[in-house]
Amino acid sequence: MLRIDCLRAIYSDLEKCLVVTIMGALPAELQSLGHRPNFFYLQHAMGLASSTGLGLALSLPHQKIVVLDGDGSLLMNLGTLSTLARYKPKNLVHIVFDNESLLSVGGFPTATNTGTDLEGIARAAGIPQTCTVRTVDDFASAARRAISGEGLQTIVAKVEATGPKAFVTDLGLLENRFQFRRHIQSLAAKSR
Amino acid sequence: MPVSLENSKLIYRALKACGIRLLSALPETWLVHLIQIAEDDPEVTLVRLAKEEEGVGLSAGAHFAGVKSAMLMQNHGFLAAINGIVSFAHLYKIPLLMLISYRGSFGERDPWQTQGGNVTEPLLRAMNIPYSFLDASSSVEKRIAQAHTLAESSLQPVALLLTRDLMWEE
Repeated sequence: MLRIDCLRAIYSDLEKCLVVTIMGALPAELQSLGHRPNFFYLQHAMGLASSTGLGLALSLPHQKIVVLDGDGSLLMNLGTLSTLARYKPKNLVHIVFDNESLLSVGGFPTATNTGTDLEGIARAAGIPQTCTVRTVDDFASAARRAISGEGLQTIVAKVEATGPKAFVTDLGLLENRFQFRRHIQSLAAKSR
Repeated sequence: MPVSLENSKLIYRALKACGIRLLSALPETWLVHLIQIAEDDPEVTLVRLAKEEEGVGLSAGAHFAGVKSAMLMQNHGFLAAINGIVSFAHLYKIPLLMLISYRGSFGERDPWQTQGGNVTEPLLRAMNIPYSFLDASSSVEKRIAQAHTLAESSLQPVALLLTRDLMWEE
């Protein structure tokens, strides 16, 4: 299963969500499908995409938040799973693309390559709904169910360790950040 | 426990007056009253963290959502949050109001706190983080308001060091 096929399968479902991604191949692939103002790409601070999603979810309880995480990032901040589970925001979907690799620095294997089970860790941390998916169809149906439903969920998607050749896009980090905040402000203005 | 309840209340009221509605925290002795007051306040969302660096993400998410936040941590927690501060708050111009208990400074009896005390201010300076002290009840309200104003106008982390003189009564 390729991550870009997973992203393509749920691209239209992400339209009404606020999306936070990790750095590297994932945001480059998502941008190749088409950047949107509701996408924020955290191009460093590995591990904090899920914490950012929690801050958004607690601040905007009626807005669906989707975090697109990775195994390398999540392994750097496993405590985030216990914090997510402690507050269980109903509007947060935590998707982890697990390619068992630190792809952007040369493909070094992560601990999921030697048996660490991120879904098991999420479940044991207290995340109420978890699953692991291995096909695009299973991924798309699990992600769609989570996005349209209610309740905190961690979906681990096992994907191949391949990605685009280049990770830098022409979207500036600050441009992305200010556009994302403006977009949220415009949503708030509309709902008033 | 000789942590000042009165001064903790004073700090909390000043944070509320700035419009702070989300607080991330990791308990430490000097912060116990502040965290308890936040826990009992239905107007504020308290997020208890596993590690202080998570608080950078929490505050960034709250900022994107238009919610004002602050971080409560010990100076060792500040040390644990440095990568997040640099590679998120500085990189993306995120305002952070960091209230940091200044352990390991003059009067410290716990040997394990002393190394963190030595490096706190040098690190804040090296990271170009504006900082000041909460050291007297008479100036708490004004200084918190000023720190919050600077963080919001400059879109960067600002630190207030909670001192023994303010937090500890013996």
